[in-house]
Amino acid sequence: MSLPSLTFLVFAALTLLVFWLTPDRWRWVVLLIASLLFYGAGDWWYLPFVAVTVLTTWLMARWMGQRAARDEADLNARRADMSREERKAFKAAGKRVRRRMLILGLVINFGLLAVLKYTGFAVQTVNGITSLFHAAPLTVPSLILPLGISFYTFRSTAYLIDVYRGKATPQGNLARYALFITYFPAVVQGPISRYNDLAPALFGPHRLNWGDMSAGSVRVLWGYFKKVVVADTAMIAVRAIVANAGQLRGIYTVILILVYSAVIYGDFTGGMDISIGLSRMMGIRLTENFCYPFSSVSTQEYWNRWHITMGAWFTDYVFYPLSVSGPMQKLSKWGRAHLGRAVGMRLPVYLATLLTWFLTGLWHGAAWNFIVWGLLNGVIILISNECKPLYSRFHTRFPRLASRRWYTDLCAVRTFLLMGLVRSLDCYRDVPVTFRAWVSMLWDFGSWADLTNGAVIRNLGLSPAVWVMLGLSVLMIFAVCRADKAAQTAGRAPLAERLSEHPVRWAMVCGGLVLVVLLFGSYGIGFDASDFIYGQV
Amino acid sequence: METILDILHELHDDVDFSVESGLVGQGILNSLDIVTLITEISDRLDVQIPAEEILPENFDSAEAIWALVQRLDEA
Repeated sequence: MSLPSLTFLVFAALTLLVFWLTPDRWRWVVLLIASLLFYGAGDWWYLPFVAVTVLTTWLMARWMGQRAARDEADLNARRADMSREERKAFKAAGKRVRRRMLILGLVINFGLLAVLKYTGFAVQTVNGITSLFHAAPLTVPSLILPLGISFYTFRSTAYLIDVYRGKATPQGNLARYALFITYFPAVVQGPISRYNDLAPALFGPHRLNWGDMSAGSVRVLWGYFKKVVVADTAMIAVRAIVANAGQLRGIYTVILILVYSAVIYGDFTGGMDISIGLSRMMGIRLTENFCYPFSSVSTQEYWNRWHITMGAWFTDYVFYPLSVSGPMQKLSKWGRAHLGRAVGMRLPVYLATLLTWFLTGLWHGAAWNFIVWGLLNGVIILISNECKPLYSRFHTRFPRLASRRWYTDLCAVRTFLLMGLVRSLDCYRDVPVTFRAWVSMLWDFGSWADLTNGAVIRNLGLSPAVWVMLGLSVLMIFAVCRADKAAQTAGRAPLAERLSEHPVRWAMVCGGLVLVVLLFGSYGIGFDASDFIYGQV
Repeated sequence: METILDILHELHDDVDFSVESGLVGQGILNSLDIVTLITEISDRLDVQIPAEEILPENFDSAEAIWALVQRLDEA
């Protein structure tokens, strides 16, 4: 049951109705049943896999919590008889035992993810190497890939690590914990909410109020508009370019970068709007996953605004632990002694950044194009970090530039194009083909006249009327984002929130969005609302 | 405290860290700066800062960083 389908709409409406008709103390049970039904509707064979993750992480977190509490009580009872060194040794021993349990939990759950998601890719890579020596290829296994496994594995391991670090209190009720992992609006494509953020929203009191209902419903419809009107329609043009990658000239790569940006933005933020809006209608606030990413003036800012919960996961649980780990600090000391201070102090940052982005790429998909995409992002971030003194000197020379609107807009366009270029690896899904397409922009660009003489329109499978509709839709999204960002800066609520004060306007906006989705969305004849791109992660 | 201010100044010579607060909140220090800072603290003050202590409130000002270093040194 995919989120853009009509089946899901009916399912969500029924869940909403039963949720509000049920007494507050049992509403979480309604959500758990709905989540298991939603999950099982994909394939009942997914359930044993998610059950393993739920059970192992719940049991291990519970054990770590109980052990930490017992150690604390023992320490308090014997504190007066122990020296400072003895207390430190006692704490370290307890932490070592808990760390072993944490490692076991991480190995089981990342192992499951690795086997199910990456075995095929690993075998294909081995076959690629052995084919050079004319060896017989190994059979590529076809394994089941449970829905949203990348997302729920991250959510559950974050919980496990947070309990180990003492930042989260273990959940004593297995069924409640199962809801935290499988909560249906967020299980397919996030956000990757932390336990401390989502649990109070799921299990706390829920009060039916007009503000949540109106803002949530507008958000859901806005999400459908972005997904089925913009992303799915623009995807037709993307597929046309990718299908003819060998014949099309550089101008089409430029078009691909622009059009695919609309696809990925509409697809992913549209999906988030549906998840966040639906949750809001049940009085549950989910963590925001996007914050005007295309307004970013640098790559680092872009990654603070795009897929925020995934970036925070990698920063908190991979980048920081890796870069401040004992071996990395020793490597830094060795670097200072043998290669100089400048190299030594950069070694942990460089290695941890590249490894983190390698894993980020691998998380997005089991293919080389995702790995190259991740590494390129890491390299760009490191280069821009190295250039900071240059930027600083530039801004000292031209102090008023940074506050000029045209200058920040120019930086945002540069970041948008750079990220779009790197993102095109995702379209072609083939590294050499993507590189050739990039080169074609320099050596075989074609003619801008193709844009005006109708060649582009003919080649990309969309009629002039659909291009106009797409252009107007993108302009509307742009205008709403600008208005909401300006409102945020001024400390005002975004448009969807303010509509609750004007029920007539709210009804008109909802009616308008429904009409636009039905008329122009990919529900019409010949179209098929496709799954979310991140739902395939 | 002087060592912390020296390291911060080497990272961003255009910021007056003796009065600035909200270093993380305002985006003055990014994740790469924080790791460089931790590496330098480890090298110059011989204090290891574990990953679980990397929280915005521990790095939001020079005073907060110094308080963290003192706490970890005494632990």
